[in-house]
Amino acid sequence: MDLNTVWFILVAILFTGFFFLEGFDYGVGMLMPFLGKEDVERRSIINSIGPVWDGNEVWMITAGAALFASFPHVYATLFSAFYLALILMVVALILRGVGFEFRSKRAGKSWRTLWDWAIFTGSLLPAFLWGVTVANLLRGFAIQQDMNYYGGLIPLLNPYALLGGLVFVALFILHGANFLVLKAPEGIALRARKVALTGWIVATVLTVAFVVWTFLATDILTKSGLNGLIPAVLAALTLLLTGWLVRIGRSGWAFITGALTIVFATIMVFAGLYPRILISTLSPDWSLTIANASSSHYTLKVMTIVAAIFLPIVMAYQAWTYWVFRKRVGTGPEKLVY
Amino acid sequence: MDPLILSRWQFAITTIYHFFLVPLTLGLSILVAIFESRYVATRDETYKAMAKFWGKVFLINFAAGVVTGIVQEFHFGMNWSGYARFMGDIFGAPLALDSLLGFYLESVFLGLWIFGWEKLSRGLHLAAIWLVAIGALISAFWILTANSFMQNPVGYAIENGRAVMTDFWALASNPNLPYQFLHVLSAGISTAGFIVLGFSAWHLWKKKEAALALFQKSFKWAAIYALIGVVSVGLIGDAHGKFLARHQPMKISATEAIWETESPADLVLFAGIDEENQENGFQISLPKMLSFMLYNNFKGEVKGLTSLQAEAEVQYGPGDYIPPVTITFWAFRIMVGVGLLMVLLALLAVLKPKIKFLNKNRLLLWLLIPAMAMPYLASTSGWILTEEARQPWIVYGLQKVQDAVSPNLTTGDVLFSLVLFTVLLGTLIAITGWLMYKAGTAEPKSDQAAE
Repeated sequence: MDLNTVWFILVAILFTGFFFLEGFDYGVGMLMPFLGKEDVERRSIINSIGPVWDGNEVWMITAGAALFASFPHVYATLFSAFYLALILMVVALILRGVGFEFRSKRAGKSWRTLWDWAIFTGSLLPAFLWGVTVANLLRGFAIQQDMNYYGGLIPLLNPYALLGGLVFVALFILHGANFLVLKAPEGIALRARKVALTGWIVATVLTVAFVVWTFLATDILTKSGLNGLIPAVLAALTLLLTGWLVRIGRSGWAFITGALTIVFATIMVFAGLYPRILISTLSPDWSLTIANASSSHYTLKVMTIVAAIFLPIVMAYQAWTYWVFRKRVGTGPEKLVY
Repeated sequence: MDPLILSRWQFAITTIYHFFLVPLTLGLSILVAIFESRYVATRDETYKAMAKFWGKVFLINFAAGVVTGIVQEFHFGMNWSGYARFMGDIFGAPLALDSLLGFYLESVFLGLWIFGWEKLSRGLHLAAIWLVAIGALISAFWILTANSFMQNPVGYAIENGRAVMTDFWALASNPNLPYQFLHVLSAGISTAGFIVLGFSAWHLWKKKEAALALFQKSFKWAAIYALIGVVSVGLIGDAHGKFLARHQPMKISATEAIWETESPADLVLFAGIDEENQENGFQISLPKMLSFMLYNNFKGEVKGLTSLQAEAEVQYGPGDYIPPVTITFWAFRIMVGVGLLMVLLALLAVLKPKIKFLNKNRLLLWLLIPAMAMPYLASTSGWILTEEARQPWIVYGLQKVQDAVSPNLTTGDVLFSLVLFTVLLGTLIAITGWLMYKAGTAEPKSDQAAE
């Protein structure tokens, strides 16, 4: 396998890790003001992701940096094309990141409410905007011959992309609810299960609509050779299974199948794109591919060695932290850190 | 205003915001780790209380540092896509290494440290904070590897109009890098030293706490830590200057406002700089001192900006290659002036218990409180200096800033983001400072107090 393909797969793995881990973080953040009736409850919800959210977010930062290192043209085209969307996303991530830390530092009610909504917005906006971005990747956008996109924000907010944004939000809420069923104190866990039950219906309807639209409007599921059809089917099956598992109360399994839905959906995206990364709607020759957008062979080789050594190490110690904090969060305020 | 100017302002402002937070993260993670190490070694509860108390200040600062760092990473693609395309082959790698080797370590083990006081054994918990500190150091190393390349390109070739990496080890062993890395690290140590000194002085000045022992001990440690930091920062900075005299002569001549070649060169202490006419209106200088500082003898030649400009035109074609002299000249003087004051204060703080006059007099304690601003002034000036004195280049000798900007941005786009970032991050820094003030002046909780 050539190194360009290796790096396409590595970038896909990093984004998969990002959507899987930050998926439930974002979901928890979005649900927090609604599932937590009073301050202690909200604190215990935040504490359920407290030790891990920062490490989870590094997946996004590493995915971005790996994209930069391996396919610098993609990084340049994508980030400058989505300029305003990314500005909003960064602002949201800023509010969310400091929100977790700052919220607990003062006791005032308005102070805490302020950061509650900062965390909510900071979880909702990135989830939505990543969905919008991914949908635009699937359908392509107007990349010119010089690899740049000059169209501004409005064409990127097309109905298909907006539906993609909603799908991400719905899937992450379901994922976050499943997480809270396992980790939050009993009372909140019961409420989270109710959210998972209704959230599953919404997520399924939106996802099916999005997949059908993808089938009709793009070649992601139909192009010859490698395409996204099989992972799409698997994503649909695991999503159906999740609904059933939530219903019969197998919450651990429901979390796993919900996570698999996100994993298969991400694989669908990358398998459908390959060997393109950014599709130009103007001319197939102007698309950015693993061949014309990549770094030199030497750089890819160096980075492959580094990633082969360190990515497994990172995964091992991060998995260990999940083991350390495997217990359900308690209700006693004295036990809460944030 | 065109997107280039606005993007430059945006990058400058967000970098300065980010660099307001980074040095303290570097220095304080190590100091907290040292306190906890003492606790594990001696079982003295005061050290545990110190680790917890200063850990709080550290965490507030860390959170703001992380989020302002995301802005920096995204900028290279958003505003500087020309740079990302030209330099991505080289620049992306250290950025990815920063995340993979440094940032994961820092973030994951910080979570363990914050939440693990009850869950982990003493040894593991101590290991967690050291890994946070090591992660921060690794992060700084790779980011400065990237920045060092921009100052002093090595291990590359130009192919099809792009810079490509030819030697990774050359990149990681850039001769500019040890100076830059150690300079930033010791700046971080100084910053942490002065922050802990300042807040400790505040508590000792108020004198009413139950936990005076905590702050007396913190004061002692921080005084030594700060002194090591500021002395190293000066020595390394001096060595770096000698290095730059050979590798980036334009930077030195701009910093010292030397317009015409001098041999030997006088050290200009203060000057009224006239960039238009390329001369100093007035100047106060020490004869031959600049040659001495750069070459350790009173003879060496320092090339003037005008002749370096002429050389650059021969090498790179017509253009203006002289960096903004007034800014670099004064940034350097602020950095060094403040740095020297910090050496003096740190020295007095170290000597305080030994000298009766200092120990009885509360003036030093009072001085150390506003002195908390000094490391910020110095490192901001230092950062402005190193980046301004590289202009007009984004990568020295390889790419100009004007060729690095994204071609598809509109003035409206960048104006919007510039205003948003400036206001939002400015507010954020203010809140961070306020929370740190609250945490630093709070009475230690009863379980933290040294009983």
